[in-house]
Amino acid sequence: MRAGALRAGAAVVARLGPDGVTRLEVLRSSPPLGLRQAAGSLWMVGTAAGPLPGDRVTLRIDVGAGAAVTVRSTAATVALGRSGSARSELLVEAAVGAHGQLRWLPEPTVATAGCHHRGLARVSLAAGARLVWRDELVLGRHGEGPGRLTSRIDVESDGSAVLRQELRLGPGAPGWEGPAVTGGAGAVGMVVVFDPGHPPTTATCLGPECATLPLAAGGVLISAVAPGASELRRRLDAGMVAGEVAGGVEGGPVRHSPELSDHGGEPARR
Amino acid sequence: MSLRAAALLLADGRFPAGGHAHSGGVEAAVARGRVGDLDDLVAFLRGRLATAGLVDAALAATTCHRAGGAGVLPWGELVAEADARQPSPALRASARVQGRALLRVGRRAWPGPILDELACAGPDGTPHSVVLGACAAAAGLRPGDAAAIAAHQAVAGPASAAVRLLGFDPLAVAAALADLADDVDRVAADAARTAGGSAADLPCGSALLLELGAEDHAAWEVRLFAS
Repeated sequence: MRAGALRAGAAVVARLGPDGVTRLEVLRSSPPLGLRQAAGSLWMVGTAAGPLPGDRVTLRIDVGAGAAVTVRSTAATVALGRSGSARSELLVEAAVGAHGQLRWLPEPTVATAGCHHRGLARVSLAAGARLVWRDELVLGRHGEGPGRLTSRIDVESDGSAVLRQELRLGPGAPGWEGPAVTGGAGAVGMVVVFDPGHPPTTATCLGPECATLPLAAGGVLISAVAPGASELRRRLDAGMVAGEVAGGVEGGPVRHSPELSDHGGEPARR
Repeated sequence: MSLRAAALLLADGRFPAGGHAHSGGVEAAVARGRVGDLDDLVAFLRGRLATAGLVDAALAATTCHRAGGAGVLPWGELVAEADARQPSPALRASARVQGRALLRVGRRAWPGPILDELACAGPDGTPHSVVLGACAAAAGLRPGDAAAIAAHQAVAGPASAAVRLLGFDPLAVAAALADLADDVDRVAADAARTAGGSAADLPCGSALLLELGAEDHAAWEVRLFAS
């Protein structure tokens, strides 16, 4: 472990109140990851540089039955390091209760040259629970190639696998720049939308670098590669519209859901 | 480990399981200008092997391991785990077409309860990787054999498709495949190691451009390969 490497655990527990408003019963965080509540969302705030080599951050999100939580971030996550340095890791474990909803809409993760970072997400949805999950990876800052970056997501609904996907990019990942994986793209990303109440969508190609892909177990994956972060976001947004799931981000089909209360639940810091 | 004739048969491109009709994504990559020369092909194969190849090999090895044991097989779980690793509907459909063709010949070649049960369990079709693992078990092969066959096919099929599509020198492509042999062995060994574990923990590497290209390709009116 690098001297000064951080071990941090953050936790969110959200419950639906009798008034139909979601309240945060627990909101706990420590550097490098801060959690703040504002404007109907929960915001991830970098309270230290990094992730730096050796940092291990775990975020547990527990959304109770019928409750709704949106998580965003104020800035991109910039994974830093030098070639050969220890791996940093962000593990997000999320559980969403019956008819609850989690929208995970952070800014991209930037894999800078020399970094060695792993992002893991395990999402467990109860019956009727809904999910919007965006993951954008930027492969290096301007004019540099990325370090080593792994991003894995596992989504299960009612105990069954919905999506298991891992991207291994950068040095040490065979063929990652080649024509089967990224083809030299500067940014890759996806949005997975799972909404049991939504009618099935059909596969749509938005050019050769973006598509909406209906999953076998329900839900849809919008997948895209792009030269850079802003074009990637444009393509994913276009995919959300084409897949008729854009409301999952902006409010449409889920508008009737209770929003996170700005008043309930004093942040409990430990 | 000695070579088994049944493994050679299953791995042979001339085994009548319809593999020659599929390019493994090469046709779409060629059309988009992503694969034009031999270096591109090798990069394509490396990426395909490390992602879809490892996933298929692990699923085949796990299926073989379970089918070789006692008890009723959780075919549904294996199929669900395979499907969760393939977001592209076109590639899920293609895996079922190839699985059906392999099951048809497999039941004739190695008749018995394993493949009969699989045929009953998957009326909507079963992905090729799962059928391959079941055929390997029915033929008395081991999970490592199933993984090796899947890993080999992950590169051999697309390589031969590339020869047909781009008129590559077949000797040069054979040499490129020989260069990849150690990587194929490594992937097969990695996959075989996962065989006794939980299906949920199997590798799930994504070949992004294969998934995107397959949807594109499936919409073409004229194409040489089915996928």
